[in-house]
Amino acid sequence: MAIDMKIERQILRRTETSDEEIVVNFGPQHPSTHGVINFVTQTTGEIIRRSVPEVGYLHRGLEKIGEMVTYPGYMPFTDRIDYVAAMFANEGYALAVERLLGIEAPPRAQYLRAIAGELCRISSHFIAVGTMATDIGAATPLTHGLRERESVNDLIEELCGARLTFNYHRIGGVSFDAPAGWSDKVLRFLDHLDSYIQEWDRLISFNQIYVDRLANVGVITREQAVDYGLVGPNLRGSGVQWDIRRDLSYGAYPDFAFDIPVGTGRFGTVGDCWDRYYVRVQEMLESSKIIRQALAKLPEGEIMAKVARKPKPDAGEAVGRVESARGEMLYYVVSDGSEKAYRLRVRTGSFLAMGIIEELSRGIMVADLIAIIASLDIVAPEIDR
Amino acid sequence: MRITLGLDSTSLSRRYPRLAILATLFMAFGLPLGLYVAALAVFPLNTPERLDAMAEQWLGYDLAGSPYRYIVYTAFLLLVAFIAVNYTAVFGGVSTWVERRVAGRMQSRIGPNRPGAAGFLSWVADAVKMILKEDTIPAEADHLLFRAAPYFSMVGLLLPFVVLPFGEATVVTDMNVGVFYVAAASAFVVVGILVSGWASNSKWALFGGIRGAAQVMSYEIPAGIAMMVPVLMAGTLSMQGIVRAQGGWPWQWFVFQNPAAFVAFFIAVTASLAEGNRTPFDLPEAESELVAGYHAEYSGFRLAIFLMVEWANMWIMAGLAVTLFLGGWQVPGYGAEDYARLLGTGLLPAPGWFGLQLLSMLMFVVKTWALVFVFIWLRWTLPRVRVDQMMSLCWKYLVPGAFLCFVVTLVWQLLVPPAGVAFTGYALTALALFVLAKFAVATRRNISKVAGHRVDLGNW
Repeated sequence: MAIDMKIERQILRRTETSDEEIVVNFGPQHPSTHGVINFVTQTTGEIIRRSVPEVGYLHRGLEKIGEMVTYPGYMPFTDRIDYVAAMFANEGYALAVERLLGIEAPPRAQYLRAIAGELCRISSHFIAVGTMATDIGAATPLTHGLRERESVNDLIEELCGARLTFNYHRIGGVSFDAPAGWSDKVLRFLDHLDSYIQEWDRLISFNQIYVDRLANVGVITREQAVDYGLVGPNLRGSGVQWDIRRDLSYGAYPDFAFDIPVGTGRFGTVGDCWDRYYVRVQEMLESSKIIRQALAKLPEGEIMAKVARKPKPDAGEAVGRVESARGEMLYYVVSDGSEKAYRLRVRTGSFLAMGIIEELSRGIMVADLIAIIASLDIVAPEIDR
Repeated sequence: MRITLGLDSTSLSRRYPRLAILATLFMAFGLPLGLYVAALAVFPLNTPERLDAMAEQWLGYDLAGSPYRYIVYTAFLLLVAFIAVNYTAVFGGVSTWVERRVAGRMQSRIGPNRPGAAGFLSWVADAVKMILKEDTIPAEADHLLFRAAPYFSMVGLLLPFVVLPFGEATVVTDMNVGVFYVAAASAFVVVGILVSGWASNSKWALFGGIRGAAQVMSYEIPAGIAMMVPVLMAGTLSMQGIVRAQGGWPWQWFVFQNPAAFVAFFIAVTASLAEGNRTPFDLPEAESELVAGYHAEYSGFRLAIFLMVEWANMWIMAGLAVTLFLGGWQVPGYGAEDYARLLGTGLLPAPGWFGLQLLSMLMFVVKTWALVFVFIWLRWTLPRVRVDQMMSLCWKYLVPGAFLCFVVTLVWQLLVPPAGVAFTGYALTALALFVLAKFAVATRRNISKVAGHRVDLGNW
């Protein structure tokens, strides 16, 4: 893949000899690339001929590290795969190794995982929709989103002591139980959130300029979304009702009733940027529903299963799939019977989203490229790992 | 080794809180007020005839016949220019602080609050920082044009101040082609944007420069046509003439005197937002798309000039709208005969005249600041339009709309009797007040809808 990109880039560079076209590097340092990514863009003025994402600037060899450290020792590293929604990176890895070991987390731990994960989804989606508004040129929604995110971070901090890289999950459970009075605080925040989403919609979602900028822009058809392997809100924005939490359910999710919002083409075509944006806004409300149910049904009991200090699973392979804020997050772990993984592979939503950008970028305007990048909710470290 | 310049305003204001408050009060009120008073004292005298008469009466010197008279006139003009330029710089600075504080409030954060009381002196600190910074020029840039570009913009900002009336007598010169002059002179800004975009030899800057050129030139057309509406209603191109044709009370303002002018006001304000590169039309420097647009490669003092032009342009935009549509400096209850009566016939007018003049300047300043606040609110509320949307808004909606306003105003002036105009004034004023009240109520309701939110006017 990396070599292909290099060739692509050289081809693009060579076209610059033409008088009418210029090649612009959107990145690696650019305010709207959401991290260190380069979009090598061939453009004739405001109209883009095509744009090729060049990824790899944030590659830290996290998959290789997974083969160098023990199973429990890798947990803090998973936080760094997606630091905007680290809870899911924890959960996917824990799930994969638990399947490898043939154990299951106790019910209370599974409920706590669901609650922590959905809180994390809310906080991640606030970043996604806030930065999207900023990329479209409205500066205010992001700070409001960050303010709400602070409340979530406070709650998660009370739960596990960290605000960004949580390291909350353990193989076979979670590290801390919910402190006394915590669930009341969560419920109070959810009450606020449910009414706040209406304010958010008034603030930006239905703003006429915002809708005009996003409706009918970057349309991904149902077929395209499936063909390019998009996951999560990007897939659901195109009208495909696919959610790992429901369709390949894991943990405590079978116990909860919740809807899966999909793009409806409310202001334009199904699968446009506005649809992907609004799926995220609606998902925050669905997360709120899930947390309420989980808190109501939270079982008593242990939060950790019996696991050895340095577990040595039998030789074999296992897959852990979770619905992260950026879509399906898949851990593939191969064991050779030792205390370290033989092979570890992570498949992430942002990386899959990069594939479709070249397809979408043909003939759009410069500002639309920014809208598309924002609507795909790309987090640079998750692309490169 | 750490070099301290002793200019660290943060630690100074912490160490001497009372000094900080005094300095803030001086900068916030003393400086602008001093400039207003200086303008009031100097601007009305800015004619050769008055200078001659003063020299004759007080010094017994025949200036009109003197060979040095042009030196004296020029020196006086320089004094006038000095006051105007300083006012621009002070307004540009203060408005950055106001904008950042208002933005902070809107974004539920605090904003700059360190140097001086309420952080007011942060604009001084910013200016000092900008001036002390290195003025880097990219190696591949066109050096001459790169250096010259900010001054084109600055000229475009400063020239309109010549005819912008601050008060009944406080105007540098009352040109008989004032509106035309403003439209022509303010177009200089785009020269600076285009030249900086080209000379930077950066792709971002080039994008910004081209966008700026397309945008500002397009929006001059609806702005120019919309500005013709008050010209038609007043029957003069002179700025003072247009203000004198209006009255102090809202229903005597041009904006409420006929429905076409009401529409033209919004067209003119929208178009001037676009000409001043304010959100939602900040395409030439769109941060999320073009990094910083035409001034991406600038630093230090040259960047400071670009930023000053951007913010001080708000005064031109708002001042122009206030002058043409919102009654300018007219004080409610005082007509032209009051000014003439207080002025008297002597060389020095009565003290009451100065009071009335200050009152009229206050009217203008308050109205202009109110519009500037609206511009700031818009900037921190609205997203940015796309280039093609910006163009289609201009050519498909604003230009035909402005033409329509122009034609309707022509017919209105011919057909509608004075009583009809007066009735329209009352009716549209009532409508505007009703809309404002609805706005306030809706805001209150929206805020109280969110659990735990309420209208909070503290925390300033």
